[in-house]
Amino acid sequence: MTLPLFFFYVFSVITVASALMVIAARNPVHSVLFLILAFVNSAGLFMLAGAEFLALILIVVYVGAVAVLFLFVTMMLDVDFASLRQGMLQYAPVGVVVGVILLLELLLVAGSFVLPVDGGAVAAVPMDAAIDNTRAIGQLLYTRYVFLFQGAAGVLLVAMIGAIVLTLRHKSNVKRQDVFRQTGRKRSEGTELVKVKSGQGL
Amino acid sequence: MDFVVSALDYLLGIPIFGWGEQVGFIYKGLLLLIALLLFTAYILLADRKIWAAVQQRRGPNVVGPFGLLQSFADLLKFVLKEPVIPASSDKVLFILAPLVTSILALSAYAVIPFDKGWALANINVGILYIFAISSLGVYGIIMGGWASNSKYAFLGALRSAAQMVSYEVSIGLVIITVLLVVGSLNLTDIVVAQQSGGIAHMLGVPWLSVLNWYWLPLFPMFVIFYVSALAETNRPPFDLPEGESELVAGYMVEYSSTPYLLFMLGEYIAIILMCCMTTILFLGGWAAPIDLPPFTWIPGVVWFVLKLCLVFFMFAMAKAIVPRYRYDQLMRIGWKVFLPISLLMVVVVAAVLQLTGWGWHGGSV
Repeated sequence: MTLPLFFFYVFSVITVASALMVIAARNPVHSVLFLILAFVNSAGLFMLAGAEFLALILIVVYVGAVAVLFLFVTMMLDVDFASLRQGMLQYAPVGVVVGVILLLELLLVAGSFVLPVDGGAVAAVPMDAAIDNTRAIGQLLYTRYVFLFQGAAGVLLVAMIGAIVLTLRHKSNVKRQDVFRQTGRKRSEGTELVKVKSGQGL
Repeated sequence: MDFVVSALDYLLGIPIFGWGEQVGFIYKGLLLLIALLLFTAYILLADRKIWAAVQQRRGPNVVGPFGLLQSFADLLKFVLKEPVIPASSDKVLFILAPLVTSILALSAYAVIPFDKGWALANINVGILYIFAISSLGVYGIIMGGWASNSKYAFLGALRSAAQMVSYEVSIGLVIITVLLVVGSLNLTDIVVAQQSGGIAHMLGVPWLSVLNWYWLPLFPMFVIFYVSALAETNRPPFDLPEGESELVAGYMVEYSSTPYLLFMLGEYIAIILMCCMTTILFLGGWAAPIDLPPFTWIPGVVWFVLKLCLVFFMFAMAKAIVPRYRYDQLMRIGWKVFLPISLLMVVVVAAVLQLTGWGWHGGSV
C-alpha cells in the first residue's frame, strides 16, 4: 500500500460515511454539516487524482458559499421534522420503484463501460503534461468550449436576476438612506440664518 | 508495509542521523506553529498597546516589563478557568466550533512563503488554497453561534455569515487581478514576479524595487483588499458579528475559558494571515524595498515580518480610529461599491495586459 492509496481509502470512507449520515442524521443542521464534510473529502479525492484546481474550486464555491447558504436556511427554518416523517411509509413503494429503476440503469451503464487499455491516450482532448491543470482548464474553457462556458454563465445570470426580481419588494413607507444626496448636501439647503430682533423673538 | 516507511520518512526523517532522506515534515510544522503562536501573542499585545496609545492610555503594563508577558498571563488564566457549556446547547458542535476556527486558521500557513523557499508546501495553487481555507473560516462562527442556542449568539453568527460571504467576492476579484498580472497561482511566483519587473524597471531605476511592487500599479485593488480583509476577519470597524453594544459579544457570548481562547486565537491568526496575504500580493513578500547592499544583507524573512507588522499596524489603527459601521452600510460598501469597482478593474487590467504585453512572463530575479 502506498501513501496516496492510504489517503484514497481515508477520504473515500469518510465521504461515503458522511454521505450516509446526511440522510441518517436526525437534526437537519447536522445533515448539512455532514454534507459539508462529504464535500471537503471529495475535494481531497480530486486532489489525489491530480485535479488540484477543481478540488480547491469545489471548496471555494460549494463549501465556502453554497453550503453556507444551505446552513443558513436550515438553521432559520423552524420545521418539525418528526411530523414530516409520520407519513413516510406511505411514500415508500414509490421510492422503492424509483430506486430500483435508478439502480438498474446504473448497473447497465457500469456494465457497458469498458476501460480502454491504453488509458489516457484516447482522451477527448489530448493535454500537454507540461502545463499545470489550472492553465489547461483555462485553455480548454476559453477556446474549445467558450460558447458553452459563456452560455452557462448567461443561464446563471438569468437565474440570479430572476431570483432577485421574484423576491424584491419595494415598501413605500420605508425611509431609505441615499448616501450621495446626504454627502452632496450644502449648508445653504439645511440651515437658514435669521436675524432676530432683541426682545421680540421670532 | 511500504507506506508506513515512506510516511515515517516524510514525517519524522532526520537525514543527519541516517533516518530517511528528508527532514521530517513534523519538525518544520512544529517550528512554524511555535513561531506563529509566539508571534500571535505579541501581535495581540501590540494591538492592545496601539489601541491604548491612540486613546492616551498605557495599555497592559503590569505583567513583565512593559507588559510583555501579558498574553502569556492571559493564556494561563483562560486555560485554568472552568469551561461553561450551556445546558441547552448542542454540545458536540459547541466544542467543535472553536476547534474548527483555530485549526482552519492555522492550516492556511502551510503555503505562505516567508522567504525564498521557506514555504512548508510550495504548491502551485497556493493562493487558491488560502482563499479556500479562509472561506471555510465562516463555519466555526456559524456552528458556534447556532450551537450556543442563544439569540445573541445566533444573530451574531448570521451577521458574520452574510458579511464574510459578501466580502469574499471582492477579495476573490482582487486576487484575480493580481493573478492576471502574474500569470501563476503560486505564491512564490507572485513574489518573484514583483521583483523581476514593474514600474521601477520601466523608469530605469531597477534597484528601487519598492516601486515594482503591485501596491503602486494596482493601488485601488490594494485599498479594496485592505478594507475587505478587515471585513473578512471581522475586525473593527466591521466587527458587527461581535457588536458588543447590541449583541453583547455575538457568537462568542456563551463561550468561556479555553474554547473562548481558541476563538480569539483563530481570529488573530486569521488577521495575521490577511496581513501575510497583503504582504505577498502587494508589498513584494520577502524582497528588500531597495535592492542595494545594506538592505539586501538583511534576510528576507526579516523584511517579510517587518512588512507584516506594517500592515498589522494599519489594521490596529483602523480599529482605534474608525467608528463601527451600520450593517446596511457594510453591505452597501461590499456589494454596491467594491464589487463593481473590482469587476471593472479585472476587465481594465486584463485589457491593459493584453494590449501592452506587460505582466510577468516567467523570468526570474
